[in-house]
Amino acid sequence: MPSVADQVVAARAKVAADGVTRAAGVAIPAAHLERELRLDLFRGLALWLIFIDHLPQNLLTWLTIRNYGFSDATEIFIFISGYTAAFVYGRVMLQRGFVVAAARILKRVWQIYVAHIFLFTIFLAEISYVASSFDNPLYAEEMGILDFLKHPDVTIVQAMLLKFRPVNMDVLPLYIALMLFFPPMLWLMRRKADLGLGLSVGLYILTRQFDLALPAYPNGVWFFNPFAWQLLFLFGAWCALGGAKRMSRILSSRVTLWICVAYLLFAFYTTLTWHVPQLNHFMPRVAEQWMYPIDKTNLDMLRFVHFLALAALTVRFLPRNWPGLTSPWLRPLILCGQHSLEIFCIGIFLAFAGQFILAEASGGAGLHFVISVCGILIMSAAAWVFSWYKKIAGKGGGRAKSADGDADLAGGGA
Amino acid sequence: MRAGWMSVLFVMAGLSASALARADDPPQSCDVPAYLLTSDSPLPRVSAAIKAGGPLAILVVGSRSSTIAGAEGEAYPARLQAMLREKLPGIAVSVSMELAPRKTAADVAPGLGKLAQAKKPTLVVWQTGTVDAIRSVDVDSFHDALDQGVTALQNAGADVVLMNMQYSPRTETMVSPTSYIDNMRVVAQQHDVPLFDRFAIMNRWNETGEFDLFSAVRGVGLAKRVHDCLGRALSAFVIDTAHVNPAELGTRRR
Repeated sequence: MPSVADQVVAARAKVAADGVTRAAGVAIPAAHLERELRLDLFRGLALWLIFIDHLPQNLLTWLTIRNYGFSDATEIFIFISGYTAAFVYGRVMLQRGFVVAAARILKRVWQIYVAHIFLFTIFLAEISYVASSFDNPLYAEEMGILDFLKHPDVTIVQAMLLKFRPVNMDVLPLYIALMLFFPPMLWLMRRKADLGLGLSVGLYILTRQFDLALPAYPNGVWFFNPFAWQLLFLFGAWCALGGAKRMSRILSSRVTLWICVAYLLFAFYTTLTWHVPQLNHFMPRVAEQWMYPIDKTNLDMLRFVHFLALAALTVRFLPRNWPGLTSPWLRPLILCGQHSLEIFCIGIFLAFAGQFILAEASGGAGLHFVISVCGILIMSAAAWVFSWYKKIAGKGGGRAKSADGDADLAGGGA
Repeated sequence: MRAGWMSVLFVMAGLSASALARADDPPQSCDVPAYLLTSDSPLPRVSAAIKAGGPLAILVVGSRSSTIAGAEGEAYPARLQAMLREKLPGIAVSVSMELAPRKTAADVAPGLGKLAQAKKPTLVVWQTGTVDAIRSVDVDSFHDALDQGVTALQNAGADVVLMNMQYSPRTETMVSPTSYIDNMRVVAQQHDVPLFDRFAIMNRWNETGEFDLFSAVRGVGLAKRVHDCLGRALSAFVIDTAHVNPAELGTRRR
């Protein structure tokens, strides 16, 4: 259901496209100009899953995909972010040129950075409270983590440099790093998409080979290594810039289908052995030694392939014009996916708040469940308010302005 | 948004009130599923020592979570000694403790070989990972340190049990133990050494309501009860993994 603003953009893009000589591979097919609801749907889903995964283990955690295979919500999120970023900013680059598109992307980077610092402040508030109120001798050692509160001068500066990142706050810095280097890559990929993807694969291989990494504070490296995760992001971009279309024959072949199914079953069985250790007897040691550890930091190939298999099956069995996409039941998910940065931040905040409430109320499984459901309701309600506001604001502003603003809001989101 | 929050808090308040109304803790059953109390990897020297009638000397190398400040005699190493003596009558069991507070695996590993040669324990329980996770030490160097430490202990002629960190719901937002736990499992598999999964066991207790590990109590009571259960579980783990049947042992010696 494209909004008024979307249609304006579509019309403008068509006019612009007609006047511009298209370089090979740059063409954005007309069908793409309609909002791809599947992307919004799955990004919304990823946001919900990230929220649930950030709460302590509970009943709903068993519904999240990380328990059924190698990859998890992060992969979905980064891939779709790459896809939408290329789609939206690619359009801007086509209409307004490199400089304007780059400026837009950098503005987005700034928004994400501010959001990250905001979350860090909330985190500081939470753990400062825990530090002053909690003193259980059983966990005397674990409380050592709070030692950094004794050096706020160092800690806060390191946080602003994105080097000190508490647990659960790793995704936004990764996203900042990916977007920061996106303008030149987008420029290149709009001309030679395959060359761009090739460079990305090359960097990934170099990273795995030579252990490239960004340092973190107080020690260690970034939990999500941007040099490795860029592969997924730029693969998303490559798909948006025509790659998906060119792959459609491979995607629809039966061989691909069965390979995907077989791989997903293998991954499912492997994950099962983590939860039911008795099954470990049936897992050959050779396979174990080859597989483990499955490296999330450097986007292990097993994870990447698992995501590809999931995506291939999704594209196959969930067509773009699936009527369910417009059903009111999926509306909350789609709305969340359309305001991803805001909803992501709210999700992280709610996860902090939920943990806090659980700790204070010595929560059982029931409370856990209530918190998870309430969190999702709040996220959906907030998304609804955002889209209502966007509609109102769009009606008020000038036509051209609303079109520009829309590119930003839909803009690749976090 | 605001209204949403208020309603959440309202629901929370109601639920927490009902939680508080529950009766005081029943006596601990320390229930642990059987698969957490055994391992496929052997403890040959422990088996041999018990079959030979002792002595069984165990050395626990660990960080601060292996003790309770002010109640050292009731921490799990002491409880392990008491339980083993009870279960293995007539065998001289001694458990000693080498505390390495605020030390990472890489800090501890180089000294392990010498320590084992000096003390000549039958079994070394190496509890580690907590400090590494807190400081988010690079997992590869954590893996290498574990590797080095276990090799040194085995070369010094001791059986080894690796013990991972405590399950600590309060610090879940701040410490991420998963990759360290995974690496300990990997090293244990590579060296064919049993892993005592303290994290999973405590997680289980928290889930079943055996212990409320969220609790903000300041007293030492909860720590004592948890360590008692840990000592119990560890004694069962050692006996089962060493394939010793205490009942048989008892009748033979009587």
